[in-house]
Amino acid sequence: MEYDLATQDLSEVNQALQNAEGGKFSLLNPQGKHALACGLMHKNQVSIKGHAGYYVAGMNQNADIVVEGNAGSGCAENMMSGTVTVQGDASQYAGATAHGGLLVIKGSAAARCGISMKGVDIVVGGNVGHMSGFMAQAGRLVVLGDAGADLGDSIYEAKIYVRGTVTSLGADCIEKPMQDSHRAELQGLLDQAGLVAEVNDFKRYGSSRKLYNFNVNHLGEY
Amino acid sequence: MCGIVGLFLKNPKLNKSLGSMTASMLYEMRERGPDSAGFAVYQSSNVPEIKITLLDQSGGVDFSALVTAIEAAFSCAVEARIVHNHAFLRTNADGAEIRRWIIQKHPEITVLSVGHSLEMVKAIGDPKNVMADYDLSGYHGSHAIAHTRMATESAITTAGSHPFSTGSDTCLVHNGSLSNHNNVRTFLQAKGESFQTENDSEVAAGYLAWRMRSGDSLQQAIDCALQDLDGFYTFAIGTREGFAVVRDPIGCKPAIIAETEDWVAMSSEFRAIATLPNVAQAKIWEPEPATIYSWEH
Repeated sequence: MEYDLATQDLSEVNQALQNAEGGKFSLLNPQGKHALACGLMHKNQVSIKGHAGYYVAGMNQNADIVVEGNAGSGCAENMMSGTVTVQGDASQYAGATAHGGLLVIKGSAAARCGISMKGVDIVVGGNVGHMSGFMAQAGRLVVLGDAGADLGDSIYEAKIYVRGTVTSLGADCIEKPMQDSHRAELQGLLDQAGLVAEVNDFKRYGSSRKLYNFNVNHLGEY
Repeated sequence: MCGIVGLFLKNPKLNKSLGSMTASMLYEMRERGPDSAGFAVYQSSNVPEIKITLLDQSGGVDFSALVTAIEAAFSCAVEARIVHNHAFLRTNADGAEIRRWIIQKHPEITVLSVGHSLEMVKAIGDPKNVMADYDLSGYHGSHAIAHTRMATESAITTAGSHPFSTGSDTCLVHNGSLSNHNNVRTFLQAKGESFQTENDSEVAAGYLAWRMRSGDSLQQAIDCALQDLDGFYTFAIGTREGFAVVRDPIGCKPAIIAETEDWVAMSSEFRAIATLPNVAQAKIWEPEPATIYSWEH
């Protein structure tokens, strides 16, 4: 089924998508509109035929959403499950606070990708901007290109894999050894994302757990 | 929040469409700035005269009397076109001197712009009406920048609307807020710059104008601005021959650039660019923080 956003009201289209169960939908002429295909809760397939604006596929549960273009700020924000695929680039804070599901960005993601992620898997074909993975709590962020400054600043228990260079690591984020289990996990994520890369070329980053753990030796400072 | 757009035409065949293309972009940015709007258009720059755009915020200025007074004070001829509360003057006298004279003698008048090719309009109200009232679509030219404002740092006034210009043919639009504008304003006043508002963005315009008057290229001036201006900003900047875009190092404020063989467009959001001809063929990217993107004719 097709909806043409050049003529149809966005709220009505979103409501129809939210109410549908098990359908296949195309959204024509998105023209950078905001909040496309937001709040979907059922197993639908949605294809957005062009560039999306802010908050596309926000709060997604179960649906598989493809943006056939670029995505504006906050794409797949607070996603719970399902998949969101951006075939172009994504603007800042892609996948912010997302709890689950898979976000694939075939191009590059701008600053703060995966900020405060809480369990989502994010695979980025290109680069990510500065402060990506900031306060990431759980989930996995895979970057096939380079990462900007302060990667994983104040990170909790999320895992970050980067193939290219990292401008700098943020507070409490360190490089960690790649073990077979990590290589297998990474390969699985690349396969799911449909992206090809040699897992041995990646480095793994995570928390040194000094920032968020209480250390009894510091009791006197409280 | 504010909306900004900029359009730089590489193909002069499109010059007749500059106004209508800019208007279609600005129309899409109304939601980001519903309280006021403004635009600056660079028209043909091979005219020898100086253009001066004036704004009467009081509603009581007699522009004809002002023109006579300028003609007497500077022994020159002045041509004037008056549209609502704007006056567009043309003269062969020294524009910077006339600007200084008006600011001193007529504080009720705001000098919006001075230059060989720059004309500027700003007004309170729905951007759609501002564009219609001042016929943005009818403008021809080589490049333009425009702004829709949602006032956060100072009152909704025409003078607080963008663009801002303090130097010849130099102006900017700003999305964001500067935190050290008071200090920079004081510093620039000591260097002889004059300001007409308390607005932070006017300070940024004054800063660039001061650097370029001191011999900097646009690129060098923006390089220094990245060091000296503190706060959140995406700027679109126009000069007589050029157009530039820069975001602060944190990159909070949005920006997107698209380029084809015929034009370069920037905006706060893609939906403004989506209206342009052949956008499907455009190279589209988000400008990196603290990186200067510029084009010149």
